[in-house]
Amino acid sequence: MSYSQQPEKGTKGDVTTKDGAQSWFYTDVVKDHFFNPRNFMHEDADPNAYNAIGKVGSPACGDELRVWMKVDPASERIQEFRWKTFGCGSAIASTSIASVMVTENGGMTLDEARKLRPQDIMDRLGGLPARKFHCSVLCDKALRDAINDFYRRTEQFDKIVVESARVIDPVSKVTDHDIEEAVLEGAVTLEAVQQKTKVGIGNPGVLPAVEELIRFYREKYFGA
Amino acid sequence: MRQVYLDHAATTPIDPRVREAMLPFLDEKFGNPSSFHSIGKEVKDALDDARARMAHLLHVRPDELLFTSGGTESDNLAILGIARANAKEGKHLITTAYEHHAVLEAMMHLEKKEGFEVTYLTPDHDGRITVEQVMGAIRPDTILISVMYANNEIGTILPIAQIGNAVHKRRSESKRAFPLLHTDACQATGYLDLDIEKLHVDLLTINGSKMYGPKGVGALYARRGIKLQPLQFGGAQERAIRPGTENVAGIMGMARALELAQAERVSESQRLAPLRDQLIAGIRERIPKVRLNGHATERLPNNVNMSIMDIEGEALLLYLDASGVYASTGSACTSASLDPSHVILALGMPYEVAHGSIRFTLGRSTAAADIAYVLDVLPPLVEKLRAISPVRVDEKYFT
Repeated sequence: MSYSQQPEKGTKGDVTTKDGAQSWFYTDVVKDHFFNPRNFMHEDADPNAYNAIGKVGSPACGDELRVWMKVDPASERIQEFRWKTFGCGSAIASTSIASVMVTENGGMTLDEARKLRPQDIMDRLGGLPARKFHCSVLCDKALRDAINDFYRRTEQFDKIVVESARVIDPVSKVTDHDIEEAVLEGAVTLEAVQQKTKVGIGNPGVLPAVEELIRFYREKYFGA
Repeated sequence: MRQVYLDHAATTPIDPRVREAMLPFLDEKFGNPSSFHSIGKEVKDALDDARARMAHLLHVRPDELLFTSGGTESDNLAILGIARANAKEGKHLITTAYEHHAVLEAMMHLEKKEGFEVTYLTPDHDGRITVEQVMGAIRPDTILISVMYANNEIGTILPIAQIGNAVHKRRSESKRAFPLLHTDACQATGYLDLDIEKLHVDLLTINGSKMYGPKGVGALYARRGIKLQPLQFGGAQERAIRPGTENVAGIMGMARALELAQAERVSESQRLAPLRDQLIAGIRERIPKVRLNGHATERLPNNVNMSIMDIEGEALLLYLDASGVYASTGSACTSASLDPSHVILALGMPYEVAHGSIRFTLGRSTAAADIAYVLDVLPPLVEKLRAISPVRVDEKYFT
């Protein structure tokens, strides 16, 4: 049974294809959070009891995430973090563990929480299938959305941070905006985008994420 | 823990009777059928016999059967082979939007790289394609129609015999040898009539591993006299259309598997259809907000495909797996491309419905107790996933 298999350190499994040509592996931590999700928003909970709300989603990818936070106005620490997600195993597990990370040890301050990266969530999970990384780790984005919401509600507008570009390939320093630009300029295949941006050359591990972005932008701008 | 395998449309285990037919050809009868000595001759005779037995079941001539490496190769050979060999007769092809990728990708390749035009027929919301739809798409330059016998994801059965009849009639009226008709029958072998005289198809794909035979072996029926351009070169095997030393053990297994599948198809269909309907009805009873994908009755007796709203298929698949139930989903999250099922989308359904689709395909090992077990474990898993989902799919998609 595949659940007993462990990925080696540094090797990320992959999701299975329909014909089973590729395999997927989830770590024990992922399985634990997937089968026993922590801190999700209960049906009967009162949304008004929370003072910050965040949302992120990509209908093309099929994941949607909403988060509710209770932030202590004095210390700006996250006291409670609740979520709901429509997504696959890794989406559920990554959100669940992120909810633990931001609330443990008295809770992160909003400043600390803003610095939470998808990599931190993934490391805590012991790794995720490479292909799943881009579309299933959305929690950091929803978290930042909620942080902005808190500042908006408390009228601390100077503390609202508008999202900047995200580095997709640390080797070539290509960001998601670069890929968006390339697609807009007509590069709609991985090869064409690589020619323009050099993304993933010498760092093939990022290619699934790049392909996903190309597809996302292609769909967004050209509908196919 | 109980283990319930409900993914027979993905693949089937090898039947012990099939295994028995294969074993001698893995060691003692090892000869190359092309060799001019008795070791080879013995195997050649067995191969000829297997071909003759399969041909007899399909009501075709033995030399009309080509052995291949499986369904994908048979589909590719039929489509690329016909298109390339007959391009001067016209460059228009017809297929459906929800074919297997082995057909669709070959069509798209011809469209993008070799100057062909392809019409993709869209099924109705229940997955049906009509004879009129197919006939209405035919143009003077149409050379090939490829329409599947039964859909692999939603189990909808297509009216191939009627389409075959109509295409025949059209050809004789127009005094033209085209369009030819191909059908992918990989999912149909265990349940439907494969008599070519009734189906009136010119080409038909079958596959060993969907009918309790071995993997890596398939066959293409190609009517005598039609021109096929090979995909590979190198020898005289399979009339030089598919050269290469034959997968003898695989072919022996496939022949036996086809005999068993066709002999048992009526009784097996009668046994499975009530189990299928029990599973569908049981899911509807126990789980609110679901949709049956595919037609309710024009459906393979072993196929159940339901979209369970507000949740995502991969998550449900993993929960089921942990409970010993093995199924499949149209969710993007389990596909390498991260695209949701093109079949569910072709039915006019939105992404959320495709993401929440789950397919159970029954088979020879499936008993009533297995269905009861699934109906037992499924509802609490759905409830658990719905509790953490923010999505609420529009109720117009429930059935």
